[in-house]
Amino acid sequence: MSMNRQGRPSSPDSAVSNTSPGNAALLPDEPLLFEIGDTDHSGVDLPDVEISGSRLGGHARKTPLDLPGLTEPEAMRHYVRLSRLNYSIDSGMYPLGSCTMKHNPRLNEKMARLPGFADIHPLQPQSTVQGAIELMQQLADWLMTLTNTSGVALSPKAGAHGELCGMMAIKAAHEAHGESHRKIVLVPESAHGTNPATAAFLGYQVRSIPAAEDGTVRVAEVEAALGPDVAAIMLTNPNTCGLFEPEVKAIADAVHAAGAYFYCDGANFNAIMGVVRPGDLGIDAMHINLHKTFSTPHGGGGPGSGPVVLSEALAPFAPVPFIRRDGDALKLVEHADGEALGRLTAFHGQMGMYVRALTYMLSHGADGLAQAARDAVLNANYIKAQLSGTFSMPFNSQPCMHEVLCDDAFLKGTGVSTLDFAKAMIDEGLHPMTMYFPLVVHGAMLIEPTESESRQTLDRFVQTMLGLAARAKAGEAEAFTAAPLTAPRRRLDETQAARQPKLKWEPETTPLQAAE
Amino acid sequence: MRYLPHSDADRQDMLAVIGAGSIDDLFAPVPADLMLRQHLDLPAHQPEFAVEAHMRKLAGKNRAGADGPFFVGAGAYRHHVPATVDHLIQRSEWLTAYTPYQPEISQGTLQMLFEFQTQVANLTGMEVANASMYDGSTATAEAVLMARRLTRREKIIISGGLHPQYRDVVDTYVGLGENLVHLSASPEGQGDIADHIDDKTAAIVVQTPDFYGHLRDVKTLAEAAHAHGALLIVVVTEIISLGLIEAPGALGADIVVAEGQSIGNALNFGGPYVGLLATRQQFIRQMPGRVCGETVDAEGQRGFVLTLSTREQHIRREKATSNICTNSGLCALAFSIHMSLLGDAGLRRLARLNHQRASALADALEKVPGVTLLNKTFFNEMTIRIGMPAADVIDQLAARNILAGVPVSRLRPDDPSLTGLIVLAATELTTDDDIASLVAALTEVLS
Repeated sequence: MSMNRQGRPSSPDSAVSNTSPGNAALLPDEPLLFEIGDTDHSGVDLPDVEISGSRLGGHARKTPLDLPGLTEPEAMRHYVRLSRLNYSIDSGMYPLGSCTMKHNPRLNEKMARLPGFADIHPLQPQSTVQGAIELMQQLADWLMTLTNTSGVALSPKAGAHGELCGMMAIKAAHEAHGESHRKIVLVPESAHGTNPATAAFLGYQVRSIPAAEDGTVRVAEVEAALGPDVAAIMLTNPNTCGLFEPEVKAIADAVHAAGAYFYCDGANFNAIMGVVRPGDLGIDAMHINLHKTFSTPHGGGGPGSGPVVLSEALAPFAPVPFIRRDGDALKLVEHADGEALGRLTAFHGQMGMYVRALTYMLSHGADGLAQAARDAVLNANYIKAQLSGTFSMPFNSQPCMHEVLCDDAFLKGTGVSTLDFAKAMIDEGLHPMTMYFPLVVHGAMLIEPTESESRQTLDRFVQTMLGLAARAKAGEAEAFTAAPLTAPRRRLDETQAARQPKLKWEPETTPLQAAE
Repeated sequence: MRYLPHSDADRQDMLAVIGAGSIDDLFAPVPADLMLRQHLDLPAHQPEFAVEAHMRKLAGKNRAGADGPFFVGAGAYRHHVPATVDHLIQRSEWLTAYTPYQPEISQGTLQMLFEFQTQVANLTGMEVANASMYDGSTATAEAVLMARRLTRREKIIISGGLHPQYRDVVDTYVGLGENLVHLSASPEGQGDIADHIDDKTAAIVVQTPDFYGHLRDVKTLAEAAHAHGALLIVVVTEIISLGLIEAPGALGADIVVAEGQSIGNALNFGGPYVGLLATRQQFIRQMPGRVCGETVDAEGQRGFVLTLSTREQHIRREKATSNICTNSGLCALAFSIHMSLLGDAGLRRLARLNHQRASALADALEKVPGVTLLNKTFFNEMTIRIGMPAADVIDQLAARNILAGVPVSRLRPDDPSLTGLIVLAATELTTDDDIASLVAALTEVLS
């Protein structure tokens, strides 16, 4: 099928896929935009103005655009149909460990669309956007109070960008203190992949710290790895096994005694917000994923937002822009003075996400945020208690925090892998948990219910998981290895996708064109 | 509390199942002295209407674009977004889906990303595009790093016409030093970029239309770069320009990065936006960020997956091409929907309309005593020189409810030669009345 530049498809069948998943009337398959649109249809009405061309200096476009257009009803149907091929938190539980898929309140969306937030330009005079800067200041105050820290860099665009920001601040601090020879960053084995990637990006060598039998990091291991060449440790707390690091304060003290800094990956802050302040644990920098902890939508993969809170030692190194009070007015300082590490993005960061996050904070209040963290931990332990006789849990000696980690030992001999188990969950109407992460246990299954799930939903989840485990142990491996059977697609061939990358739509050449 | 489903009775029942006496018992691994014993000194929870009132009060202190004449551009542009776009992106299945790590139940997001990648590739005239970046500035920095990996050379030459904040981001990512060469600011479109390229050069970075609005001769620069084995990175901050201006890919660009905000996304005070990155097929394994590819499922049906993940941090850890984890999915969706509504014909009309409005603005500005228009070429943005500090003039015009553009000194306070310059943009939303108001006020302020 090719994009028809002249008009509608000449054969009506050519725009209709012959694929037909379950619930055909409600979940029709949808052809590609390039198979239904064409280059002279449009869903906008714009005047066709004449231009002289004299101010284009010979740079006018000659290359075809090849962009198919759809009228408004066609576009509505295309994107509504596509949307129905997606799972979403609004339609079901999303127990993705480490990802914190909580409810996304719609008040957040409504507020972000107020013209006073959505229709303002980052470079209009600051006197005309005092409310926006005040909002940023309020968000900063909430984040600093929740974490007991002295500074915050709001501008990082996502969690990984926040990590980059925090580690750059650490690097800048070492340079300012004549400690540039520190080239090592300690990273526990259970860390997110972004941690070693960030350290390496900044030219650091990564030294791995093993976890103890119980899944947490011992201060003795850290002390053994510390030395005059160590710049920082990057530690996630609660860690990626869902456990609070009991020696975190001693680790912080040891790191500081060695002249290094403590970067905390704040991906799991949802477990402790309003209950424990990371600043009290001795952290120097920590990014906070507003899209995890503070309910801004994940949007199918971003946009995120990753403000970084900073200790007194690192606050002077925060990137521009930052806010300063100037008499009665608030001023966004846009140029590096003193020791600021530079600029991480054009403009001021993810304002749309700041509005949503602050709306969420005000809705919950200090009491509600703490209750949310406590409910998140309660829900995870409720699942853990009921799965623990059946599922294998490598680190079961203490209550978990917000997520439950299982390995695949309970599937041994069944012919069912963690992947198969996850795909079978899809046939039960559930989004799978996080699989094969963290790397420290075999065939990891990491389950994070969040505070948003009701007891009824949790009970149904538990019953489904126990039922699947029983079927696996009863020798029904084929039902798992074939799964999913009821999703819009069966398992996809990822090897083919990687070996013969096809990253954009190409018109199929007809025999006539090929002959030419 | 409206977002928390449990009653206290639910909690007690659940604790009984767990065998714990209280939720505090579940926090036993936390050393007791680290547990907060009372709520933090922050407001308590509030009803929805009270939160809304608080936010409306803050929003009310800002002067929105629609509230009067508006000529601010410089990397973010005020365009009309069709109502359909905002309706669709708020559908639950788009808004509240996670990254498509389970492709069987994420085909909507994945097919959309495949369509997005194709739109971006076709628009830029490149062979492939990724599934989006944070924004144009970080995409530029990532492109510079990508060029270094591809050429195994270090030297980067930055045109004096690159957006100053993009330049600052590259500085932060790459680190200042002899391998980062900044050419002096070129408000009149001048430049001798080609003279600086040598056999150690990894890439040159050129924006077009550039920060001051001039259209740059990409083809000549591509030839100069390629003659030395260097790559050409083309930066586009106003993506609608490609509806009227030649595609960088057709002129020899090796990597094209762009800010996609103008299509589908509101100004939002600077974010979230959507970075675009497109390149040649042969370079894909050094491309940063997520990418979606076509494949088949177990029954041979066409389907889509995230692919080439062996470049990425969750597989490669410290050997990854970038530490990037997310893309800008929802903004990419907004871009893709708006682009589908425009199509070829709509984008061309929109681009012509922008250029026509900018031409009207330029004609009017040239007639204002004390104003010199610096552009011979432009798309929808231009630079004027006035005989007074531009920042003061902009403030005086703002006091008359006219947002007249960006004083270059705000972005480049270090260069006194730029003090009298203002960058102004016009879009399809700029009316003749807006232009007349600006001209009258500017004439008065300058006299």
